[in-house]
Formats: sequence, structure tokens, C-alpha cells
Amino acid sequence: MGGTDVEYVIEMLNITKVFGNFVANDNITLQLKKGEIHALLGENGAGKSTLMNVLFGLYQPDGGEIRVKGKRVEISDPNVANDLGIGMVHQHFMLVDTFSVTENIILGKEPTKGGRINIKEAAEEIKQLSNLYGLDVDPYAMVEDISVGMQQRVEILKTLYRGADILIFDEPTAALTPQEISELIEIMKRLVQEGKSIILITHKLKEIMEVADRVTVIRRGKGIKTLNVSDTNPTELASLMVGRDVVFTTEKTPANPKEPVLSINDLVVKDYRGTEKVNKLNLEVRRGEILGIAGVDGNGQTELIEAITGLRRSESGTIKLNGKDITNMRPRKVTESGVGHIPQDRHRHGLVLNFTVGENVALQTYYKKPFSNMGVLNHKEIYSKARELIEQYDIRTQSEYTPARALSGGNQQKIIIGREIERDPDLLIAAQPTRGLDVGAIEFIHKRLIEQRDNGKAVLLVSFELDEVMDVSDRIAVIFEGQIIDIVDPKETTEEELGLLMAGQKINKKNNEVDGDKNSPSMKEGE
Amino acid sequence: MNKKRLISLLIPVLAIVLGLIVGAIIMMVSGYDPVVGYTQLWEGIFGDPYVMGETVRQITPYILAGLAVAFAFKTGLFNIGVEGQLIVGWFAAVWVGLSFDMPAVLHIPFAILVAGLAGALWAFIPGILKARLGVNEVVVTIMLNYVALHVTNALIRGIAGKDTTDRIAETASLRIPFFEEITMYSRMHGGIFIAILAVIIIYFILQKTKLGYELKAVGFNQDASKYAGMNVPRNIVISMVISGFLAGLAGAMEGLGTFEYVATKTSTTGIGFEGIAVAVLGANHPIGVVFGAILFGALKYGSLNMPNPPAQIPSEMITIIIAIIIFFVASAYLFQWLYEKFSKKKGVK
Ligand SMILES: Nc1ncnc2c1ncn2[C@@H]1O[C@H](COP(=O)(O)OP(=O)(O)OP(=O)(O)O)[C@@H](O)[C@H]1O
Ligand SMILES: [Mg+2]
Repeated sequence: MGGTDVEYVIEMLNITKVFGNFVANDNITLQLKKGEIHALLGENGAGKSTLMNVLFGLYQPDGGEIRVKGKRVEISDPNVANDLGIGMVHQHFMLVDTFSVTENIILGKEPTKGGRINIKEAAEEIKQLSNLYGLDVDPYAMVEDISVGMQQRVEILKTLYRGADILIFDEPTAALTPQEISELIEIMKRLVQEGKSIILITHKLKEIMEVADRVTVIRRGKGIKTLNVSDTNPTELASLMVGRDVVFTTEKTPANPKEPVLSINDLVVKDYRGTEKVNKLNLEVRRGEILGIAGVDGNGQTELIEAITGLRRSESGTIKLNGKDITNMRPRKVTESGVGHIPQDRHRHGLVLNFTVGENVALQTYYKKPFSNMGVLNHKEIYSKARELIEQYDIRTQSEYTPARALSGGNQQKIIIGREIERDPDLLIAAQPTRGLDVGAIEFIHKRLIEQRDNGKAVLLVSFELDEVMDVSDRIAVIFEGQIIDIVDPKETTEEELGLLMAGQKINKKNNEVDGDKNSPSMKEGE
Repeated sequence: MNKKRLISLLIPVLAIVLGLIVGAIIMMVSGYDPVVGYTQLWEGIFGDPYVMGETVRQITPYILAGLAVAFAFKTGLFNIGVEGQLIVGWFAAVWVGLSFDMPAVLHIPFAILVAGLAGALWAFIPGILKARLGVNEVVVTIMLNYVALHVTNALIRGIAGKDTTDRIAETASLRIPFFEEITMYSRMHGGIFIAILAVIIIYFILQKTKLGYELKAVGFNQDASKYAGMNVPRNIVISMVISGFLAGLAGAMEGLGTFEYVATKTSTTGIGFEGIAVAVLGANHPIGVVFGAILFGALKYGSLNMPNPPAQIPSEMITIIIAIIIFFVASAYLFQWLYEKFSKKKGVK
């Protein structure tokens, strides 16, 4: 490899990184041209985040070398990376909730004047940067008050403020709504126009096709290939990364729905501020069907799920499971009545990160036989169950004794999914079940959801991915301002129509006319 | 990784050595002879059977106090109230020892149990306040330390009519004649067995039981615990109560073992606060706490010998030296970090 080629701003040559006796990066080479968006693609646990952490100085490589603008460097910690102009927007944000945007951005690099922090000057500079790149960030807003998409822009500003001209984005779109995603894509384009270079990690092939110039595929820690995006297509990329052919559309037989498992009547739920987020909502999910809930984030999805699962109080109305009233029951009671829950925020609700994989597998059932007997845990049973799930769900972990924290994001998600499906609940609530998963894993999860359905269980799927809702659901309920405003058949609905419904506009089916303006957030998503 | 194991064992040892070296430098700079000073420290710990017995006596309540802090910490709670819980436990133990007439097989366990319950009750207050109303346990426990101090003082004066109670009944005493004989009549008592037993039980609870699993889950992530159907407030109360029980036992060690009476105090005993240091030294692990207590207790007792001639090191200086040693051990993770950093750098080449 002609390493001295000045065309490259970053060259990671033959990088190897070992954890214990596990090789996370095996001789990987990645070269970033100036002004390009270079995608990094690979399965969950392939080693993408690890490779980027090496570049950002969070990990030291065990082999290989890094060159920045042709010069060999040793990036011993993130400060060195900063000085070299490398910035990283992490998979999980690292912001202090109770600080303002400005305070978060200057943290660790506070501009001082006579020993005192000069917030005003910093805020001014942030404002200017924000305008330059079209970020639209309010420097004085509190981080806890701004949306996830905004928080991400704060992370971007943080790197720009520190003078980065090489930006690493680790799964930036996993937590975003379709609207926010298209905005982020515009921002990235703007950044390269202004001379920045970007490494983008994403599982969404569509995004790669849309913004990236080149793509490097890695599989199980090894570099497979680097391609020009214009010379490839999603099918080729998927099979390169998984090592086999991947089916994109989910195959399924027509649903055979029976009696309702979940019936919700006039449900009212408030959020922590006291606003009624779920507003006299009615919904039914039947045995043998997958009901998808489509909607723009913040229309009551979270509160609805939390109310069903007992995590949040319902103000009024009833929730019935198999005819039994479960309104305002404790979470344990709800779980035991036959509800499985794949929560939206895996780090907050789904896992105890400091617990081992095995302990997390037992999180919902640790108190019952065979995991527990007269108050004493049976570790043998817990860990043998864990090994079973690791095998079945292809959870890539060093062992069942590894803390969940050490797993890659996608593999953490697989623990939760395995745990909840294994309990074979009558009603499975899946909120964003495939967020952050690679295409192979998504295919697998969708199959499992359909399998549950075919076994006569009810599945409630909440997702911001229109593709997913359209593909997997048998019926789609559109939620808007806390109410189900319509229920549609995915086979007879287009993404555009769904997008309009999500924006709160009823479709007049007969003459297929649409009222109101056409400014829907999801129109950009639909292809 | 055997090498890693070895390193993690080596690091605290290295830290102690470094602390001793810095302590020596301070002694030298201040015009004292470190060799003589440390010799006397050594003799103060191991010099004869008597001091050895006294050292064990000193270590005993530290184990329990350290365990109390560490246990609460596992559930994400900072129990600074071990001191107060210990004081009420001490009082309760002596009260039972004085007011009941029973055979030793009953009297000792009964007195110990009541001491534990008194500590548990004292810890229940901040526990329930935290669980139900979200009141910060640190503030409440600190204040309750002073309440405990003054309430027990008043009770002692009220009941005994003077500043010291009578000696507890023989049947409630933890004294063991065999220990007295082999340690030249030191105050070493049978409480050390109780402390070790407590360590084993707590280790078992944390590692092997459903309760321990829940407590740790709540300590790490309350949202996920709620999701998993655990009763978070109840676990907070349970954790505080068990922690307080252990602190009460530490009080029983003083009341039934070391002193066999209780006297009014002008200030707190310090054992509860030092329990925090012991827990830190032991990395909040039950077994680690034993080692932390041994180190802390030995230094504390052994150093009493340092002001004696010929070393004649003032007790203030000794406090500094102990603090430095503790500091080095407590910051052992710094060494770990430096070590990792260093070995990584080497790995690149
Ligand atoms: N600190 C660590 N200690 C031990 N193993 C680790 C550590 N960090 C990562 N690993 C392991 O290295 C492998 C690669 O992880 P990495 O986070 O790089 O995956 P990824 O490609 O980013 O996956 P995802 O798409 O799921 O985020 C995983 O199997 C993971 O378990
Ligand atoms: Mg990752």
C-alpha cells in the first residue's frame, strides 16, 4: 500500500485489535480521501466501533499503523485525536443532561478570560458554526429539553468546535426519526462541501447508497472489500457483509387473526409533564396478527407502551389482556399475565449493562424456577439458558460471563429480543426491535416476529421505520396526537399515504384524494 | 488471564509499599527516624501476643462497619449513617446485657440480635424517606448520626444516673477465656467470628441469592429493574435495613466485647466513618472489606506504639502517615490505569 499518498487524510493500515483472546479487528485497512463520505459496513459485532475507537484514541491498536495526512501518528488518547482534527459522534451520546448546549460543547475545552469561563463568547462562536453548517442549534437550550436529533447536532458541533475536519459518525441514524434522518443527510453533505471528510457507520444500505462515495465492508473483524458506491448495489453490499445472500422483503403467509388478545378502551396517559400524550385511545390486537403502529415520534407511542406494560400510570380507560383487566397493574403482574416487551431504549430499560449476558438473560425470570429456588439463584441453569440463546440468536459475545456492556450495540439488542421471545408471551410488544441491527439480524428478527404470529400469538410492533412497519405488519394503526386515527392494510397503502396519515391527515379512500398540505415528514423517506 | 490476576493482587501491595516510603520521607523530613518509627509500628501490631490480640479486637468492628457501607453501596446507596447505627446498636446491646437474666447461649445471641435490629431501625428511617419521598439518604444519615449520639447520651444518663453504665452480665459478654490466656489478657473477644460469619453471609446474599441479584440490579439501573418487575423502593429499604443491621452488629462488638459497658460520648466513635475508608479499600467487595479492615485496624492500633520512646513520633504525624498509606491504596486504580497505559504503548511497537 502506497502509504505516503497525500490523497488520503486518514490511513489505517493493517490495524489489529485484540480483547483478551478475541480478535475484534484483524488486519483491517481503511483509507479516507479528503472530502469524501466513506461508509463502514459490517454485521453487529463485526468490529466497526472498535476500529473507530482505535482511530479516536480510545483503544490502542495491537498492530498496524495510522497515518494522518501521510504522517505516521500514535493516537494515545482522544485529546491527541482532537489535536489531529479527528472528531467522533458516538453511537450513544455523551452529553450532560443538566448542562446547556454551550456548556456541553466547551466541556474540557473552556475558553477562559482571566481564569473565568467566557460562556458568552463560546455561545457566539457556536452560533456561527451552527449557521455555517445549517445545524440550527440554540446554544442556550438545556440538553434535557431538546430532541434526540438536536442532541446529535450538539455532538456534531462539539467536534466542529474542537476544530475537527475528519468526522466519525457511529450509527448516527439509529435513534433518529425519518424526518431527522433526511436532515442529517443534508448536514453531512454540507459538511463535505465545506471540506470536511466523513467516516459513516450505518446498517442502512439505503443511506449508504444515498450519501456515501465509497464503502468498506468488514466481516467478523476482517476487511473484506472497499468499493465505489456508484459501482455497487444494496444486494451486493448485503451479501458481502453477511457472507451469504440476504432477502430484503419478508416472506409471510396471510395472517389468520382470531379473537383479540389486547383491547384498549378510551385510554388516557399523561407524560411526566402532565400533558395527555395518549388521548382516549382505542386499539385491538388479535391473536395471530402483527399490528404495526406507525407515527411520528412523540405522538404517544412511548406512553402507550409504558401504560400497557405497567411502567406508567393510566389516568382513565381500560387495558385488557385476554379479557382480563390489566390497567395499572404492576409490571411484574403484567409480565406474568403474558406480555413480552422489547423496550425502545435498550440501555435504559432493557439491560443492566454491568450484569453479565447470563444475568441479563434471566432479567425477567430470575425469581422463578428453574433460575431460582427458595430465594437462591441457580447459576448453572441461568448460564446454560444463556448459552442456548447465544447459540439460537447468534449473539456475538466472548462468553455468557461477559458483561453486557462489552457487547456491540446490535448484540446487546439480540439479548433482549431472545429473552422476550423465549418467554413465548401471548402479547409481544416490540418497540424499535431492529434499531441498530444489521440486515442479516433484521431478517432474522422479522422472521421470529412472524413465527410468533403464526404460533397464534399477538404482536404489537412500534417502529419509526416505515419500511419495517409496511413489511412486517398485517394491519397498520396510525397514531397521531395520542389517538389511532386510522387502521390500514399495508398491501393497499403506499408509503406516501401512510406519511400523510402520520401527519394527521385522513385519506378519503374512495377517490383517493388527500386533503390538507403535502408537507409530510415521511415523504422524503419513501422512495 | 493469569498475568492480569497477579497484577491485580500486586497493585495493592505495591501501593502499601509506596505509602510506607512516602510516610518514611515525611518522618525523615520532620526529623524522626523512619526505621525506628516503623519498627515500633510493627511491634505495635505483632510485637507480642497482647498487641496481636488487641489488633484483632480493633479489626473486628471495622469489618462490620466496612461491610455495612459496602453493602448499601452495592444498591447505589451511600450510607454515611453507619456511625449512628453503630451507636444505637452499642446502646441496645448493653441494655440487653444489663436488663435480662438468661443463660449465655440465649443472652449473647439475643443481645446481638437486638443491637442489629436497633441499627436496622435507625437505617430504616433514611431508607423509607429515600424510597417513598426521594429524600437524599446522605443528608438524613448524617443528621441521624448526631441524633443517635445525643439520644443515647441522654438515655445513658437517665437510666444509669451517671455517665457510664454498669458492666453487662457475664452471660452477655463475648469474652473468651482461651483468647485471654493466649493474648496476655488483651480485650480480643469472640466477636471476630461473628464478623467473619457476617462476611460469609453477605457474600452469599450478594452472589447467590435472588435478593442480591435484585439489590445489585437496582444499584446499577433502576429503570431496568422497574422494567423487570422489581419493587425498587422496597429494595432500597431492604438494602438500608441490612446495612444498618450490620452497623448495629459493629456496635454490639464494642458493647458486648471490647468495653462491656456504654458511656456517654462527646463525639462520634469514628468507626462508622472509618468504615467508609474500609469499604473503599476493599473495593466494596465483602472479601475485600476483610482485607481493608485488617490494614486499617492494624495501622490504627499499631501506630499507638509510635509516640513511645525512642521513636517519639507525635500522634498527629502518625495520623498523616496512616492517611497517606490509605490514600495510596485507595488510589491503586490509578496504578492499574498507569500500568495498562504503559503496557498498551509497548504493545504498539
Ligand atoms: N471493551 C471490550 N472488551 C471486550 N470485548 C469487546 C470490547 N469492545 C468490543 N468488544 C467485542 O468486539 C467485537 C466488536 O465490537 P464492536 O462494538 O466494534 O462491533 P460493531 O461492529 O460496532 O457492532 P454494532 O453494529 O452492533 O455496533 C464484539 O464482539 C464485542 O463483543
Ligand atoms: Mg457499534
